[in-house]
Amino acid sequence: MSAVTKEIGGASNGGKRVIPASKASKWYPAEDIPALKKARKTVRPAVLRASLKPGAVLIILAGRFRGKRVVLLKALEDGTLLVTGPFKVNGVPLRRVNPAYVIATSTVVSVDSVDVSTFTAAYFAREKKSKKEGEAEFFGDDEKKQKKVISETRVTNQKTVDTALLAEIKKVPALKAYLASSFSLKKGDKPHLMKF
Amino acid sequence: MSKEVTTVKGSSWRLVEVGRVILVNKGEYAGKLATIVEIIDHKRVLIDGPISGVPRQAFSLARATLTPIVIPKLTRGARSGTTAKKWTEAGVDEKWAKSAWAQKIKSRETRWGLTDFQRFQVLILKKQRRYAVQKALAKAKKLA
Repeated sequence: MSAVTKEIGGASNGGKRVIPASKASKWYPAEDIPALKKARKTVRPAVLRASLKPGAVLIILAGRFRGKRVVLLKALEDGTLLVTGPFKVNGVPLRRVNPAYVIATSTVVSVDSVDVSTFTAAYFAREKKSKKEGEAEFFGDDEKKQKKVISETRVTNQKTVDTALLAEIKKVPALKAYLASSFSLKKGDKPHLMKF
Repeated sequence: MSKEVTTVKGSSWRLVEVGRVILVNKGEYAGKLATIVEIIDHKRVLIDGPISGVPRQAFSLARATLTPIVIPKLTRGARSGTTAKKWTEAGVDEKWAKSAWAQKIKSRETRWGLTDFQRFQVLILKKQRRYAVQKALAKAKKLA
């Protein structure tokens, strides 16, 4: 507790006195209050599996694109993976996916010619909606009925990535058809014994 | 009495005999070949595979499969050196590699080791073969 030095009046009072800055409470709790536990964990950047290298073909296991084979472009700083179908091949756009819901195959496409510097976690962040007031918002009139329009920049970005990637994909025979096909377990398949 | 030609034939069963080559099915040496060197009892034999890398040991027949290959004139209780010599003389490894059984095992192992993309390529090739076969069949049917 901090202390303050105060001037004291009266000849026989020593002139100065050191007193606590704030007065101690007259009361204290009858029961001990347990001290809060300090969190000793720190936020560390996600460490990816060794198989998740840029260019690897992945199989998406969950979500609306489950079963699709996609190309991994890079790992984003938020711990997710940036993938693309390419969109032209199997309809999977430039998208973030959770590495936990992905199987990495040993097939690798060269992605050196693809420029992915523009894509960050912020690029994919949801747009902030301006809050509207009144009845229109309450009944959810306009926005839900209108179809979501994909922004022009996203479409162009998708196209540039697709063209660069498709040039690489076409170099390997049957690779385009492979990416277009979707993965599923067949009769007698044992996923824990299968090599990807 | 005239000598009659007998029609009774010996069975073509694979016998547990000295010189019989077996395929080990279970244990550390599963998938390897060995030969019977001595019969211990109804269930167990002494096996040896000096070439294939199976050490001389008493082995339960329940954990092995008899192959049609037999090393001729292998003496009972032949030691490892002699067994190795007779093994190569009989050409066991070549005979085994040629057999449909060994090839089936090999192809199964290859198929299991395929990657996802390779499995897809196999799928395409199988489709192509099927198409070619069915086309030829339809053509032949039309002519007949």
